Amino acid sequence: MTTPQPTEDAELRLIGLTKRFGPVTAVDDLHLRVPSGAFIALLGPSGCGKTTTLRMVAGLEAPTAGQILLGDSDLTGLKPYRRPVNTVFQSYALFPHLDIYENVAFGLRRSGIKDVRAQVGQMLELVQLTGFERRRPSQVSGGQAQRVALARALINHPKMLLLDEPLGALDLKLRREMQLTLKRIQEEVRITFLHVTHDQEEAMTMADTIAVMSQGRIEQLGHPEQLYERPRTQFVANFLGQSNMLRATVDGRDGDLVTLRIADTTLVVPAEMLSHGMLTASGEVHVGVRPEKLDLAPVDDPVPQGRNALRGVVVDTSFMGTSTQYLVRTGWDQELTVFAQNRHTDVVAPGTRVRLTWRPEHAFVLDADTPTSAAAPQPAVAP
Amino acid sequence: MTQPLVAPAADTGADVAPPVRRRGRWIPYLLLLPGLLWLAIFFVLPMLTVASTSLQEGSLAQGYELTWRLANYTEAAQRYAAQFSRAFLFAAASTVLALVVSYPLAYFIAFKAGRWRNLLLLLVIAPFFTSFLIRTLAWKIILSDSGWVVGTFQTLGLLPEQGRLLATSVAVIAGLTYNFLPFMTLPLYASLEKIDRSLIEAATDLYASPFTAFWKVTWPLSLPGVVAGTLLTFIPAAGDFVNVRFLGTPSQSMIGNVIESRFLVVLDYPTAAALSFTLMLAILLLVGLYVRRAGTETIV
Repeated sequence: MTTPQPTEDAELRLIGLTKRFGPVTAVDDLHLRVPSGAFIALLGPSGCGKTTTLRMVAGLEAPTAGQILLGDSDLTGLKPYRRPVNTVFQSYALFPHLDIYENVAFGLRRSGIKDVRAQVGQMLELVQLTGFERRRPSQVSGGQAQRVALARALINHPKMLLLDEPLGALDLKLRREMQLTLKRIQEEVRITFLHVTHDQEEAMTMADTIAVMSQGRIEQLGHPEQLYERPRTQFVANFLGQSNMLRATVDGRDGDLVTLRIADTTLVVPAEMLSHGMLTASGEVHVGVRPEKLDLAPVDDPVPQGRNALRGVVVDTSFMGTSTQYLVRTGWDQELTVFAQNRHTDVVAPGTRVRLTWRPEHAFVLDADTPTSAAAPQPAVAP
Repeated sequence: MTQPLVAPAADTGADVAPPVRRRGRWIPYLLLLPGLLWLAIFFVLPMLTVASTSLQEGSLAQGYELTWRLANYTEAAQRYAAQFSRAFLFAAASTVLALVVSYPLAYFIAFKAGRWRNLLLLLVIAPFFTSFLIRTLAWKIILSDSGWVVGTFQTLGLLPEQGRLLATSVAVIAGLTYNFLPFMTLPLYASLEKIDRSLIEAATDLYASPFTAFWKVTWPLSLPGVVAGTLLTFIPAAGDFVNVRFLGTPSQSMIGNVIESRFLVVLDYPTAAALSFTLMLAILLLVGLYVRRAGTETIV
């Protein structure tokens, strides 16, 4: 599309959305607001309710309770063919008996538009498939089928595009390529994209907002960086990337820093990371550090000013191309993962005693009592 | 041999593989052999016999002689033109009826039956557990003048006071439809069941109402089943003689009845053979035209 639709108000609001299949609650009292023009990813493991949520927005599944609002209109009871949203299905669902041209034109023809040539042409150009008009879906590759599915949905100028694991069937290289293509197209057409995926890397690459879902609820909502750097629950910390979780006791506060203790090691973290409750309870907390935030140095090197440090022994190394992954056993017998960029040629051999250091603000702190999945029922609002 | 890891594998491959491959090449033909023999003995040979019979002349008393008499064909076709056209008309009518009855049935089994699916499929083929003849005879009782069907129809005014069902074209077409219904239902079911549900969801997502989604997606995708089902119904129905025998009268007789009586009653083998060949060619021609029209596009 060379002329993007003026983004009318297409804010999506899910209010108390619930779906039960018999005794199973797939989506549990979900609240979400997606502003017009956003690219939001629903991220979570299979069975977390993300696809069910998408299908309810599409109208393919009727909610047990709750409301779906898009702009000024209530979609909750509308049939799918009356909703101004279109879907890119997981398996693409291209019509095998129609050629690419007719697949793309399908929605326009149903809306009674006779002259579809120009629009189909533009759409195929947008997804770089000019010249494929007369091919059948069985005669194009997976990546091309994916782009046809996208064109078939976008040609209708939906107020919102729903993508159900659209890249799941592609190989890694193609997936990376399509991630960038999708992002480019979204920026070009400025339609709200609601993208369902279980691939955290895919969500982080494309979406400007991620809603991490677990057990039918939104665990945490925010920008990718925010979720990665400041996860609020263990579930988010472990689902987005890897985390080393250290169990520590709050020792005391020193200005802007809080001192924590693990065995005989003392650490500091910025006080702002701890909630009031964690400080007063003087109980235990979990300190999370991402593997790439840890610096590995010979045990006798001086600790740089202002960094946390702990000692350990390398127990395993695996060379991974751009980086090397180390497993380091600490004094209290916990194994920590460290990613070290391969800028220096020396790989530290197993058995070497090392010192791990990191900047206090590169950690995050979670309440030690938080279950792996904290179900906080407050409404999640996309920034 | 600078790559010791690869070389041993290549060596054993060169030593062992060729004999296996050479022997393997014959296996497909070997597997074909029983089928080919069967076809030669029980299909090609009888066909040749019938073909030669159809060109013979003579009588039962003096014996038949191959005289290459092509007039057997023209005479038979002229004499029994009415039975030929009746056969095709009845077969076409029962095929259409079977399609109309079977499509919703197959659709229901494929899309809505859930865990009852297998039971329903079993019920569809259940009639095959009884002989074709017995079932057709049963219809004779159901449609008889004193039966409840005729009584009900008369009460409802669908049949006049003295009207009957047995011994009419209606009874013959009904019998044909009933007898060949599973041949329509099963291929329809097979092609409907194969349709990916997400295609129908995609159609409704793209503004197609349930009716449009059916018409633009489900129906075209089920066409292979429609073509297969209509062929499996039409071809045996066109050659059938049992339904007319039990449910009709000589005035409904189809070409199958003529062939049967020529072969088994009158013992006029050349005419019967000529009629058989004509019927076969006519069906081949019709089917060929139908398949070409119904869509190389949709079947592939």
